[in-house]
Amino acid sequence: MTVTTIRDSRGASGGMIAAALIFLPPALLLFTIFVILPIGEAAWYSFYNWNGFNRPDNFIGLKNYISLLDNPYFKKAVLNTLIIIAVSLTVQLPLALAMALLLAKRAFGAVAFRLIFFMPYILADVAAGLIFRFMFDGDYGPVSGLSQALGFGPIYMLASPSLAMVALLVVIIWKYFGFHMMLFIAGLQGIDRSLYEAAEIDGAGAFQRFRFVTIPQLSSMIKLSVFFSVIGVFQLFDVVMPLTGGGPFNATHTMVSFLYIFGITRMRVGFGSSVGVVLFIICVTFAFGYRRFLMRDE
Amino acid sequence: MSEQLAIAAPSGLARARRRSREQKPFDLFPLFRLAVLLVVASIVVVPLIATAIGGFKELGELRANPLGLPHEWQWANYREILESQRYWRVLGNSLLIACLTVAITVSLSAMAAFAFAQLKFFGRRFLFTYMTLGLMFPAATAILPLFIQVRDLGLLDTPWGVILPQAAFYLAMAVLLLRNAFRELPSELLDAALVDGCGYVRYFLYVTLPLSRPILSTVAIITFVHSWNSYLVPLILLNTETLYPWPLGLMAYQGEYMTDWQLVLAFVTLTILPAIIVFVLAQRHIVAGLTAGAVKG
Repeated sequence: MTVTTIRDSRGASGGMIAAALIFLPPALLLFTIFVILPIGEAAWYSFYNWNGFNRPDNFIGLKNYISLLDNPYFKKAVLNTLIIIAVSLTVQLPLALAMALLLAKRAFGAVAFRLIFFMPYILADVAAGLIFRFMFDGDYGPVSGLSQALGFGPIYMLASPSLAMVALLVVIIWKYFGFHMMLFIAGLQGIDRSLYEAAEIDGAGAFQRFRFVTIPQLSSMIKLSVFFSVIGVFQLFDVVMPLTGGGPFNATHTMVSFLYIFGITRMRVGFGSSVGVVLFIICVTFAFGYRRFLMRDE
Repeated sequence: MSEQLAIAAPSGLARARRRSREQKPFDLFPLFRLAVLLVVASIVVVPLIATAIGGFKELGELRANPLGLPHEWQWANYREILESQRYWRVLGNSLLIACLTVAITVSLSAMAAFAFAQLKFFGRRFLFTYMTLGLMFPAATAILPLFIQVRDLGLLDTPWGVILPQAAFYLAMAVLLLRNAFRELPSELLDAALVDGCGYVRYFLYVTLPLSRPILSTVAIITFVHSWNSYLVPLILLNTETLYPWPLGLMAYQGEYMTDWQLVLAFVTLTILPAIIVFVLAQRHIVAGLTAGAVKG
């Protein structure tokens, strides 16, 4: 009698199914109640004009979506999301990669610098937002203080729509580049040394080694890092609220802070749900598309 | 000349050459590297230090002397907060919520991951894909229906009303990480255990879990950090200030003392202090946990 027949017979006789019926339901139930059902309900509520009390009975079809797509602040929030994604990819990722290249090898202070760069990532977004609300405060903040010390007068960064957006970008890079740096360090440490030696023997200079060995070898990490950046921007909220609250003049909203200010605080459940549904569609489309076309081999 | 030699030389020699070249006193790269790193590090650290120091100033001095050290260190700001019930309460609330969230997430996800990794049953692939759907969208997408759901369950404004939805959202990531790890365990172990008359539940408790401690602690760390820092879900689901976890408590404090920056700064400093202390003490585990979690997920 072999081991496999025992296992098979147990499986066939329902031992495995019985076990699955013990192990699986708690997680499935919790996940369904608090994650999947609300998404379905969001889709349903989004067709109603509803304040959250009694039952939704005022069916208005696609009106929530139409007024959402017409809303100038929502358009601004979508534009802001695209700007943040663009800056994340063109400033944050190269910075993270540069720091990773400087810190991947064991060298003087490498571990200490890695920890310092990573530290903002473990701090709450809310705290980071508030810290920078202070840093950029026109009356009490060090940035404005520095400008005054240099004779330029105070800067009220958070009071100007365009400068407030810059402030938001600074906080995001400050908070997240260390995380991406750690991803790249992990990737760099996985590269086979002999590839560099081979390239060097073939006469490749430092830049060529970077271009033709490091970058291709890191490609899966870079794809992962891009994925996290984009997904992270879609859910950006905690940093925005303490820093700008979406202001001034609703200029620094993200999709989630728009949802919060225009849907939740006003208890417009139907309208807010339509924002959630649009966000859901964007996220799922991106995640599926990205995995299908770019991360196929991993 | 030495350049050419290095290229022509076998790799071992090339490496030795390169090393000797890096150690030449005229090579400016290490200095350049250190300068760049110091600049970036100071940009990272200055906001934190400025915040902590700001908490030691009086409001007037904060305005008159925003860059320098305080002329007179005002311990009163910090003392007032440390002696207030409010500070300890928000930290206590966060700790309670985070611990229970971790306990639920880890236990439920480990059970589900065991089923997905070790058991064969109809619908396994479908159910696994279903669970990992949670990785694709943020909690914010369904936050309004979630509010209504929690309200209708009678859990609004209770710790459980925050813990259960948070745990539900972290499940997807946890199940994915744990299933991948459990699949690596040799299947001969399970076969042998079953021959010996050990059931699936005992096998799970006495073999799978003890063998998977590293990945379980990774999941626990990720979940704890997320829960400790979470803001949106408790913001929507809690009303009573005595139940607030610290990110909410911090915002409430800021709303109350908006004009007293020195107090707000001291409060921020004290509320992020636990995270910084734990990070410094357990940095290796935390960094490894958070990055490994991301890479494997």
